[in-house]
Amino acid sequence: MRDFSRRAVLALPPAVGVAAGSRARTPAQASLTQVQSDESFTEAERAILAGRTPIAGGVVLDLPPLSENGNSVDLTVTAESPMTREDHVTAIHILSERNPFPRVATFHLTPRSGRAEVATRIRLATSQTLVVLAETSRGTIHRTSKDVIVILGACVETG
Amino acid sequence: MRTVPITARITMPGSARKGEVVPVRVLVRHAMERAANAPGVAPTPRKILHTFLVTYGGDEIFRMELSPGITANPYVEFTTVAAESGTLVFEWHEDGGAIYRREAQLDVT
Repeated sequence: MRDFSRRAVLALPPAVGVAAGSRARTPAQASLTQVQSDESFTEAERAILAGRTPIAGGVVLDLPPLSENGNSVDLTVTAESPMTREDHVTAIHILSERNPFPRVATFHLTPRSGRAEVATRIRLATSQTLVVLAETSRGTIHRTSKDVIVILGACVETG
Repeated sequence: MRTVPITARITMPGSARKGEVVPVRVLVRHAMERAANAPGVAPTPRKILHTFLVTYGGDEIFRMELSPGITANPYVEFTTVAAESGTLVFEWHEDGGAIYRREAQLDVT
């Protein structure tokens, strides 16, 4: 290992740093062509929990139990929180069990949100369970899940 | 970084009382193209809005990370506390580096 020149060693850390920084900002070019996430649903949930045990309840996921068309499913997430500086919801994650990408959406909130309530429209590949995780500023994490039936999925079957 | 306007409908009150929780609803026109790699089709990379962030008087009040699992023409609804009269800046970051921006004024009485 003596063959490492001083120049080569010095050049290494900044190059690594730049690569890591750009990945955090925008997805790497390779990931843009992926049709399926490398991360499974269980891996994504474990990564968000980061060793914490979720508390059941305290967050409500509202969406129709049956959707004719998985291309556009309206949902609302409401978390019980006083939304003060000391105690507020910092993030709401929507996870899908059977979509190609388990992390559907993440919302970052602040005490200035006033209420921990967000709504959006998502795509669902097939009938499955949706999981919502709400992280609070006190370090706790609330979990809820809901089964949804999708008649016509959002993904085109190939092969 | 180039910033371009985008077709979006931002629904929120123009004025509010101080401390009032204001609902903000945003609908933006975007195809949210997913990556395609099927037999007989040329592989195409995805082109979605991957981040949506909102600042109010310069402070970030809301941020959303989107995935290919969000519908075309993404719709988002959130709330904010009316603090002082100021501008809400809505920013969408697209794959490929484009940033789209829109603004809305909130008068606080």
